[in-house]
Amino acid sequence: MSHLETVPLWLAIPVGLLLVLGSGLTLLGTIGLVQLKSFYDRLHAPTLGTGWGMAAIVLASILLFSWLEGRPSLHEAVIAVFVMITTPVTMMMLGRAALHRDRKENAPELPEIARRTLGEDTP
Amino acid sequence: MSAAILFAALSFAQISLALAAGCACYRIIRGPRAQDRVIGVDTLYVTAMLLFLVTGMRTNSSFFFEAAMVIGVLGFVATVAMAKFLLRGEVIE
Amino acid sequence: MSRFFPHPLLSLALTAMWLLLTRFSLGNLLLGAAIALIAGWAMGALHPRRVRLRRWDLLAKLLCIVTWDILKSNATVAWAILTNGRGGKRRSGFVCIPLELRSINGLALLAIILTATPGTAWLEHDQDSGLLLLHVFDLRDGDDWSGLIRNRYEAPLLEIFG
Repeated sequence: MSHLETVPLWLAIPVGLLLVLGSGLTLLGTIGLVQLKSFYDRLHAPTLGTGWGMAAIVLASILLFSWLEGRPSLHEAVIAVFVMITTPVTMMMLGRAALHRDRKENAPELPEIARRTLGEDTP
Repeated sequence: MSAAILFAALSFAQISLALAAGCACYRIIRGPRAQDRVIGVDTLYVTAMLLFLVTGMRTNSSFFFEAAMVIGVLGFVATVAMAKFLLRGEVIE
Repeated sequence: MSRFFPHPLLSLALTAMWLLLTRFSLGNLLLGAAIALIAGWAMGALHPRRVRLRRWDLLAKLLCIVTWDILKSNATVAWAILTNGRGGKRRSGFVCIPLELRSINGLALLAIILTATPGTAWLEHDQDSGLLLLHVFDLRDGDDWSGLIRNRYEAPLLEIFG
C-alpha cells in the first residue's frame, strides 16, 4: 500500500467519498434486484449501478491515478462513456424482450395498457 | 492518515461490490424467468468491471483497467445477444 | 474536404479516444489519426443519414438538466429500495405517451435519457403513431409523466434535431 501514502489528505477525502458512494449505490441497486417483486421493477434497479455508481468510481479512479502518475489520466473516461451508451441499449432490448414474451403468454401481471402492440389497434 | 482513509474506502468498495456480485448471482440462479437471469448476468458483468477498477486502484496497476474494459465490451455484446434471442428466438436474422 | 473527411466529428472523437487509451506522443497521434480517417471512410461507405444539430447551446443545457435528473432519481430509487417501497406504498405502472419527435437520432437520445434515469424504463415505441410505452418505478397519484417528459426532454430535442 506504499503508493497510497503519497496521496495528500485533500485528495484522499473526495476519492474515498466517491468510492463509498459509487459502491454503495451499486450494492443498493443489486439489493433491489433481489428484493423487488416484478420483472419490470427489477429493470430499474441495475441502472443505479451503471449510472452514478459507475460514474463515481470512475471519477475516483481518474482523480487517484492523475495524482499517482503526475499527469492527467483520463483513459477511465472511455469506460464511462462506453457504459453510458451501452446500458440503455441492453435495458431497452431486455424490456422489449420481456414485453414480447409476456404478451405471447398472456401474463396476468401485464395491465391492459401494455397488453396490445403499440400502433396496431389504436384509434 | 490519508492512506488509512483510502484503505478503508477501498476495502468498503471491494466488499460491497463483492456482495453486489453475490446479489446478481442470486438473481441468475433463482430466475424465475429467462429475462430475470439475463438481467442478472448484465448486472454481474457491470459489478465485476467496477470491482476490477477498484482493485486496480488498490494495487496501482493498469492491468486491471484493461481487463475491466474487456469485461465491459463482452458484457454488452453478451447481453444484447441474449436479449435478441429472447425477442426473436435466434441471434442473427 | 468532405471526401477526405466524410465524418469529421467521428474521426475527431476516435483520435481523442486513441490518445486517451495510449500515452500521448507524436507517433500515437499520427497512428490514431490514420485509424480515425480509415474509420471515417468506412462509415462514409455505409451512407448513414446525416445528423444535423441545430442548437449546440440547447444540447449543453439539456445535458446539465439530465445529469441533475439522473442524480435526483438515483436518490429517489435508492430511498425507495432502502425503505422497502416507502413502507409498501410504492406502486409501479405503465404509461403511454404520444410523442411528436420523429427524428431517429432525437429518439435515440431520448431513449438513452429515459433509460439512464433509474425511475423510468423505455419499453416500446411505434414509429407510425409516435406512441411510447414507458414503465415508471414510482407512480404517484397526480404525477403528470406525459407532460413532464414532453416539456422537459422532448421540447428541447425537437429544437435540436428539428
